[in-house]
Amino acid sequence: MTIRKLTLAIALVAGAVSALVPTASFAQAKEQFFPVLPYRSGAYAPNGVPWANGYVDYLKLINARDGGINGVKISFEECDTAYATDRGVECYERLKGKASGAIFQPLSTGITFALTEKAPNDKNALITGGYGRSESSDGGVFKWNFPLMGTYWSGADILMQHITAKEGGNMKGKKIALVYHDSPYGKEPIILLQERAKMQGFDLTLLPVTAPGIEQKATWLQIRQNRPDYVLLWGWGVMNSAALKEAVATGYPREKMYGVWWSAGEPDVKDIGEAAKGYSGLVATGEGGAVIDDIKKFVHAKGQGTGPMEEVSTVLYNRGMVSAALGVEAVRRAQERFGKGKVMDGEQIRWGLENLAVDAKRLKALKLDSVMKPISTTCVDHEGSRSARVHTWDGKKWQYASDWIEADTSIIKPLVRQYADKYAAEKKLTRRDAQDCQT
Amino acid sequence: MFYRENGQFKTSYRADQQIFGITQDRVGVLLLIAFAFIGVPFLADEYMFRAILVPFLILSLAALGVNILVGYCGQISLGSGAFMAVGAYAAFNFFVRVDGMPVVLAILLGGVFSTLVGIFFGVPSLRVKGLYLAVATLAAQFFCDWAFLRITWFTNDSASGTASVSDLQVLGFAITTPLAKYLFCLSFLVVFGLLAKNLVRGAIGREWMAIRDMDVAAAVIGIRPMYAKLSAFAVSSFIVGVAGALWAFVYLGSWEPAAFSVDRSFQLLFMVILGGMGSVMGSFFGAAFIVVLPIAINQFLPVLGHLFGFNVDTAALTHAEFIVFGALIVWFLIVEPHGLARLWSVGKQKMRIWPFPH
Amino acid sequence: MGFFLETLLGGLMAGMLYSLVALGFVLIYKASGVFNFAQGAMVLFAALAMARFAEWVPLWTGITDNRLVTTSIAFILAGVVMFLVAWTVERLVLRHLVNQEGTTLLMATLGIAYLLDGVGQSIFGSDIYKIDIGMPKEPIMAFESTFPGGILINKEDLIAAAIAAGLVILLTLFFQKTSTGRALRAVADDHQAAQSIGIPLDRIWVVVWCVAGVVALVAGMIWGSKLGVQFTLSTVAMRALPVVILGGLTSVPGAILGGLIIGVGEKLSEVFLGPYVGGGIEIWFAYVLALIVLLFRPQGLFGEKIIDRV
Repeated sequence: MTIRKLTLAIALVAGAVSALVPTASFAQAKEQFFPVLPYRSGAYAPNGVPWANGYVDYLKLINARDGGINGVKISFEECDTAYATDRGVECYERLKGKASGAIFQPLSTGITFALTEKAPNDKNALITGGYGRSESSDGGVFKWNFPLMGTYWSGADILMQHITAKEGGNMKGKKIALVYHDSPYGKEPIILLQERAKMQGFDLTLLPVTAPGIEQKATWLQIRQNRPDYVLLWGWGVMNSAALKEAVATGYPREKMYGVWWSAGEPDVKDIGEAAKGYSGLVATGEGGAVIDDIKKFVHAKGQGTGPMEEVSTVLYNRGMVSAALGVEAVRRAQERFGKGKVMDGEQIRWGLENLAVDAKRLKALKLDSVMKPISTTCVDHEGSRSARVHTWDGKKWQYASDWIEADTSIIKPLVRQYADKYAAEKKLTRRDAQDCQT
Repeated sequence: MFYRENGQFKTSYRADQQIFGITQDRVGVLLLIAFAFIGVPFLADEYMFRAILVPFLILSLAALGVNILVGYCGQISLGSGAFMAVGAYAAFNFFVRVDGMPVVLAILLGGVFSTLVGIFFGVPSLRVKGLYLAVATLAAQFFCDWAFLRITWFTNDSASGTASVSDLQVLGFAITTPLAKYLFCLSFLVVFGLLAKNLVRGAIGREWMAIRDMDVAAAVIGIRPMYAKLSAFAVSSFIVGVAGALWAFVYLGSWEPAAFSVDRSFQLLFMVILGGMGSVMGSFFGAAFIVVLPIAINQFLPVLGHLFGFNVDTAALTHAEFIVFGALIVWFLIVEPHGLARLWSVGKQKMRIWPFPH
Repeated sequence: MGFFLETLLGGLMAGMLYSLVALGFVLIYKASGVFNFAQGAMVLFAALAMARFAEWVPLWTGITDNRLVTTSIAFILAGVVMFLVAWTVERLVLRHLVNQEGTTLLMATLGIAYLLDGVGQSIFGSDIYKIDIGMPKEPIMAFESTFPGGILINKEDLIAAAIAAGLVILLTLFFQKTSTGRALRAVADDHQAAQSIGIPLDRIWVVVWCVAGVVALVAGMIWGSKLGVQFTLSTVAMRALPVVILGGLTSVPGAILGGLIIGVGEKLSEVFLGPYVGGGIEIWFAYVLALIVLLFRPQGLFGEKIIDRV
């Protein structure tokens, strides 16, 4: 009986207390707020954690080394999404109230789709660097989406260029299999690959792997029967290493496997080691260079490092770091127009993202010249730059296997236009005009 | 003392058959509904609406549907996520393909399709019982997961396989502000709550409960098991389908099949069992508990951590959510296996005889 | 033809791996009438424990060159951890839920699953960890003369299948021949009746959950060695559920036969039917297959017939 009473009392108290859940309050007036939406738990944590650590470390670096963006300190807050769309939406709602406009980077194509509908109304920009909707590089329709540094169509195109070059320019009659994560993320490259298959005359086989992709025996048996000349891997999280392990188990040569930039990081191959030797993938970032030394000096040496030191300068860490850098640069650019040393709001940040002009000189000043290529966005081009390299696993680390390859816009542009127009028609949006581009 | 039925005499059969026989109950519920419609809009801020109230309303509607099947009819079903998905995609297809389709009609039609699918996947319940049925309903869940990913017709042939709707309006009122979304979902919930309460009080509700308690005996006294079980699946799937359409249209806006995965089915089952099986109130309690708990943990643990001087990072927060969630479920089951609704009714009983102990 | 045989063999092997996980379900159900939804979490917890101990034991004991010794120590330590889990579960959860109805116990195990997931990830981490028990990774190509390209035989899977078969024989003997096994079956029938004739319920339950924990450890070790240990390992339980209901919830040989049927069904459907419908059908095909069998035998192939008393 006493336990019952106790339970009733506690339930009442808990109910009352949770009704007083503190709701969002605005950040300090003098700080620029950067929300962070990582996933540090769940099926995709091994790949999400390094990215998040890189992101947060760079923000800390700007505060510690530069004193903020022209004197405006950066404040940030994390909210774990566990790669689930509804949690992502809840995190977005919770964090958006902390500032009158911020950049959101959800690192999940699913959450991106949901936030694409919500963010414009709230005047928040979305940077979806290397993921998200491929057609959102068309800024004329997608005013608030910025798939900076390459979309999935660019990535697929770069891979196909590399493979075509390997085949001496002729892909006729060759067989390519796409092993992809059965989700919007995995389906993204299909359109471009089908377009290229028509153009170049190769055979494309699509092999979906049900999420989370831990059991792939049937897929790889099919590959064994099919004997494709190349296998493209479009997975995330555990699916990548499971695919490589099954490739070893079915004897498919890893030299013929190519992964997108999200399938070619250290967590995917680390524990396979020697057996994954020869596996190649895309990487959109370069060597760490000077900025990594700065991070080690200003952040990790002071005990402020978000993750372990061994993780610094790995592929996914660099990607997160560069994503943060682009956000910071956008705010800096906005300050150039709207007032240095002031906190930027949503519209201003969006302008900054749309008018990025980070050339080689600027990159050197930022100490990012070895990590990324120059990028400049315009009103209609929200992608900015679309080049990547191929790197190969040698059993212990990734080694660069090609130069920077630029995606072929002659194929991609018409597709982007077509699908952006389709989106605009569905949502009854009108394409932005020249005047709107000036704001 | 205040909750007595003294002096409340029913002078007609009609009065005797009221849902809320005791005046205090009737007044209380009407006050609650008035507060929900009028009071809350003034008190809650945007975050409360968008992140807590709207999901709570939609999930309690879904939990209500699941409670009818699991709590009143005793058929354990783990396919509720799939029925939500069917409702959402069917409503989407009606909304997008038929010009000028009103939103409410699209949502209701989504529920109708969900009913059809529910009846189809409910057929095994005629032969299979208990845990075997629970696992068999997972067939519905995984099949629907696959169908909505693979068959592009369902998503209007979109390139990525996601569906999205925007600019909803009812009779000229746009459902874009948080307040409008809240009122829209609240209206659905009140209407369906009333429907459900009446159904379970009536003959069909008693048939369901008879099947739940002892289906062989029920068949012996003349209740047709097929009719009872399939009608439970039908009504439950309709409500769950409507809830799914609301979840997709109003809360998410743009969704993929993973939004209705097997985790969602488990979540609904949790709500029903924690809230109280076989109780309409229980669905609401369970939904409130499960919607608010993760957010409360997320907000309070860092504060608690600071009090004791250590920093709680986001990964630890999510793990703590799991741990607290699991521990609370186990604790609740030990303390009150019949759920929060039983605590509520015990409380009410105490109120009736207060200030006397028994 | 060769490819068909290859897929068949692959399916049989995959099925044996599923049975390993299914055995845990069957054990606990057979011995206490509880459907343990936490089995997947237990597999993950056990595998995490073993993977991390295998990393930490060289640091603690200084034995860095002898992999066999450190892995064995890690295995034993993980076994001890599973025993502790079993003891805690019995003490804190099951003792208070004696003679409650099935759904309550089911929910309690779901709660335990969440607890194990959270505690496991907090203590051991959410990265991908390696279990190295010296399994051969390269495949054998057999019958290369008869069939072009040969038939792929996965050595790792063969060894796993042998281990699974051995476990099954051990467990069947345990249940049939020993007095503890008989006591377990009595408890599964009726908790209160068993208590009233003097069977010590608490000790029996600890034994059951401990044995199920060790089975989970073996399953986790094999799956972890094949695929790496990470949070998604607990989803393997979802793949093993059709095996359990096809074979019958109370039958240990049923778990094996069910596993073989489901494994073969899954792989054959995915490889031969899949391409016509776009692929990705193996998960729901397994469930539909189990469902169809249930329509003919509602208690599974070898399960006890459900007798309802009015």
